[in-house]
Amino acid sequence: MWVKPSFLRHHGLLGMNRRNVQYINAYNSRDLYPLVDDKLKTKLLAVEYDIATPTLRQVVRAQHEISHFRDRVKDLPGFAIKPSKGSGGKGITVIERQDGDSFFKPSGSAVSIDHLSRHLSNILSGLYSLGGKTDVAIIEDLIVNDPDFAKLSHQGVPDIRIIVFRGYPVMAMLRLATQASDGKANLHQGAIGVGLDLSTGQGLHAVQYSKRVRNHPDTGLALLEIQIPDWFEMLRLAARCYDMTGLGYIGADLVVDKHRGPLLLELNARPGLAIQVANGVGLRPRLEHIEKLPRVKERAVDRVKYAMDVFSDPHYLPRPLAPVAGPTSTKRVG
Amino acid sequence: MNKQLPFYLAVALLVIAGLAIATLRHNELNVPLTPGVEQTVWQVEAKIEFQAYGDPVTASLALPDQPPGFRVMSEQSASPGYGFSTIQKGGIRRGEWSIRRANGRQTLYYKVQLITDPSATPAPPEQPPVATGNSYWSEPEATAAEGLINQARETSSSPESLARELIKLLNNSESNQNAALLLAQQSTAEVLVRLLNQAGVPARISMGLQLEDARRNQGLLAVADVYTKDGWITFDPRTGDQDTPENLLLWQRGGSSLLDVLGGRRSTVSFSMLQQTVPAQDLVQSQSYESGFSRFSLYHLPLEEQGMFKILLLLPVGALVVVFMRIIVGFRTSGTFMPILIAVAFLQTSLVPGLISFLSIVAVGLLLRGYLSRLNLLLVARIATLIILVIFITSFMALLGYELGISSGMTVTFFPMVIIAWTIERMSILWEEEGAQEVLIQGFGSLFVAVLAFSAMQWRYISHLSFNFPELHLIILAMVLLMGQYKGYRLSELRRFRFLAKD
Repeated sequence: MWVKPSFLRHHGLLGMNRRNVQYINAYNSRDLYPLVDDKLKTKLLAVEYDIATPTLRQVVRAQHEISHFRDRVKDLPGFAIKPSKGSGGKGITVIERQDGDSFFKPSGSAVSIDHLSRHLSNILSGLYSLGGKTDVAIIEDLIVNDPDFAKLSHQGVPDIRIIVFRGYPVMAMLRLATQASDGKANLHQGAIGVGLDLSTGQGLHAVQYSKRVRNHPDTGLALLEIQIPDWFEMLRLAARCYDMTGLGYIGADLVVDKHRGPLLLELNARPGLAIQVANGVGLRPRLEHIEKLPRVKERAVDRVKYAMDVFSDPHYLPRPLAPVAGPTSTKRVG
Repeated sequence: MNKQLPFYLAVALLVIAGLAIATLRHNELNVPLTPGVEQTVWQVEAKIEFQAYGDPVTASLALPDQPPGFRVMSEQSASPGYGFSTIQKGGIRRGEWSIRRANGRQTLYYKVQLITDPSATPAPPEQPPVATGNSYWSEPEATAAEGLINQARETSSSPESLARELIKLLNNSESNQNAALLLAQQSTAEVLVRLLNQAGVPARISMGLQLEDARRNQGLLAVADVYTKDGWITFDPRTGDQDTPENLLLWQRGGSSLLDVLGGRRSTVSFSMLQQTVPAQDLVQSQSYESGFSRFSLYHLPLEEQGMFKILLLLPVGALVVVFMRIIVGFRTSGTFMPILIAVAFLQTSLVPGLISFLSIVAVGLLLRGYLSRLNLLLVARIATLIILVIFITSFMALLGYELGISSGMTVTFFPMVIIAWTIERMSILWEEEGAQEVLIQGFGSLFVAVLAFSAMQWRYISHLSFNFPELHLIILAMVLLMGQYKGYRLSELRRFRFLAKD
């Protein structure tokens, strides 16, 4: 089944081509890309701008440093290995705990130190980097799931993607791993996307495999009752990433740490369009509203307040869910 | 919209320039627009034979010079020991053979290749010729001629109609005493030309060759050239047909003798001919014009480089397909332009063997890569190993193909090995991280786009146009530029967002 282009246009859906030409090319200056394409750079910059990120523990820059890796992660309870120039979550390995020679992933499966060494070596060779350039591996602290948050997701840490346009947050979604998604937060692999009300941080609309759902398939949690804690702070954090990078159109991925509160996980200069599916509403009206503003407010707080105010207008919101919803299902359809 | 105006102007300009240059090339150089257009080429050989006395010999033969309806493509002479040159003498082109000393029977050859070209017309004479006036008739003949001319004049209004009327009268010689008298001594063509000249219409005898495939020892036919306001018009004195009949090659026009031999006797000329149909493209190729425009023809390159450019110039077509499939349709492929490279390889292997080879190499490669991952190699070493293995696999398949009698097994070498090795590596990682489904989607996406690009590239019209009209690439460029500006939805998005249409 297909939809008519006129339908998508009417609902303000942003297509890939328009996103590339009209927003990414027009608002993201090429020379700024390395700031977000290189996670190490983003991290160092974030420290400079006082934006909270997971603590950096170690950087592995050369093959010979891999041998020291073991000693240096010995005392860490858990950690994440990431390629600095990776994209789309490729090459990220999360270790929840270690026991002797075994490292345990969130799924419970154990891997050996050899496996991790090879993974590091692959990262350095540029296997996960854009264009195959040589890379460095960064090792950072594991995020400790906030108890309020832990109950949302089947496993793994739920993260929040906020699209920031000219410094204004314009759309947000929460991504929840499910059994079907194997602990990953990728929507196309079966994770749940929950569109969030920008003004309140509350669930508005939720989808799994692009189909509307009311409850988490594994936990039965009512998705539209989700309320993100520290919502204003999260939006402010995302909005400040604009000041930090100068990129006009970005996707900020945030998590909530039990001890440290909202943290910036990574930035994306080419955020995807699935957020529209999760929100059940298109991005274009919101982007066009911001585009028409003659001047960008200087302070992030003012921009956040403005966005919260403007985008609570029903004009920008999805249609309410039909009174009787079909049974939620974990089965993939289509 | 104003900001976009220069862009659209530039695009329009590219299209116009491409079309204009292509049209020019088509019109000026006769490069055919479609492949497989064939043109008739006549090979005509004049054989001159004579007996030499042992003295210096000069043989001079009238040569065809811009005959109407034909274009001279090339000419050669074969005559051992003789010097040969073509000279223009009194507006007539002649070939001259010369030798210091020759004895006995001599045979000289002149060979010319002619293309039929209905639009070819000889250049008009610089100044209108003058009728030679009174001919030397004997007394009774003069009266007969006078009578014929008067009779024809009454029923004609122009030089052409006069010629036609005279031909009619001459061909009715049984009932016409005057005509019978004149024709007793001379041929119809001669009489006709003399009568016309006497009537004040410039006329001359031309010698034509009736072209018929694979005829030998043919002689020339005399026809009459009559000068009208449209230039020289040829009349067949036997039938009265105006204009050069098809397949009549006017070998010699105007006056002088067909063959002069100094220092020899019993000279004869005979003609043999052969008809060939040659792809029009080959003709363009073999004709090396020196005019400025044709210098841009790729046919001037050595053959080896031409072959390379033939493929190189197809790449934009492949790129166009990829751009279309990605921007308008929204296909996912592994590696942006990898489908083009696969498609180029298919061009050399042909489709089915290419597909089978590609799939089996990648499949075997993936299996081996699965084992390699246990060896704990560094990435660069692993890719290098894969490259070597891929070459082994291809060699093995070539051998296997050879043993089985399928020679196309050999052609898998055209695949870009390094790219295949990288593809295997990336697919293997993709398999581990995203699962087999994603590998299949991207793998078959790439293959599908490659097959599409291949189909476009090997379509004979496209391969013909891309090489013979390289300027058409400006249009491809314009299309790519336009698609680069396309902001609408991709076809795949109409499916991707279909769930928004319902709850």
